[in-house]
Amino acid sequence: MINLSDQALVEKIRAGDYQAFEFLVTRYESKVYRLAIRMLRNPQDAEDALQETFMQVFRGLAGFEGRSKFSTWLFRLATNVCLMRIRHRETEPSKLLPLEDYLPKLEEGDSPQMMDWADRPEDALLSKESREKMMEALDKLPPEYRAVFILRDIEGFSNAETGESLGISVAAVKSRLHRARLALRGMLAGYFEKEQISRGLEPTLEA
Amino acid sequence: MEKDEKNTQVFACKGMECKEMLEKLSEYIDGDLDPKLCEDLEKHMTDCNPCLIFVNTLKKTISLFKYASSEPLPKEVHLRLHDYLKKNCQGC
Repeated sequence: MINLSDQALVEKIRAGDYQAFEFLVTRYESKVYRLAIRMLRNPQDAEDALQETFMQVFRGLAGFEGRSKFSTWLFRLATNVCLMRIRHRETEPSKLLPLEDYLPKLEEGDSPQMMDWADRPEDALLSKESREKMMEALDKLPPEYRAVFILRDIEGFSNAETGESLGISVAAVKSRLHRARLALRGMLAGYFEKEQISRGLEPTLEA
Repeated sequence: MEKDEKNTQVFACKGMECKEMLEKLSEYIDGDLDPKLCEDLEKHMTDCNPCLIFVNTLKKTISLFKYASSEPLPKEVHLRLHDYLKKNCQGC
């Protein structure tokens, strides 16, 4: 059964095969949990969202018409579950992404001081503290931008699949993704540049 | 004017301005950019080191998030999920 396609498993589940559902859950549970933990940050909320999502999948399978891929439909449910939970919180950032805060100052007469941390390998950059900073950065994005970044850049969905999962146009996906990426880069740059200076590394300054 | 010329060298290197470039970066990284604009952008980066660093650190940001997101599902979460579903779905 492990080699069966999603669609074949869906057919079996509809025919009453519960084991097929367990296979399908096992196939996607890690990805859905990753989405949930990044959207909600809190492990307990993420676990609740994971359970709720697959519960909705089971209940919704009868109505799933296969017009979109199973995975796209699944992530639409998962994202909605997460967004609903976020809407019930009071501490979420506003829907606006103040991108200007995260861009280098390019006004005339200013010299951007760019430090290059891109050559350092992932393992060297990913300390426990920097992982924490990355999650904080993701958390600062408005939820709709965060969802686009997670689906598109972390989970590797196409623009079209991401749009379908979130119910937005491809143009909106591209625009949100771009802003999310620039904001995240800006936040990480702030952290890695400080860290590079405190480690006593020679910064690459451009005048 | 001398100051302006100096700035021009840094911020508006022959053709594409830095700000204009920023708007195109995601399309560039994703390989969706029109070939002519792509050429302009690459030309710009050979002359403008801050922009080159910006692109490289932007790419690095994406790969770091991808790299940091490969942790497996905790075993106990997996077990609780399957228990929960079994209890709530079987016999639905």
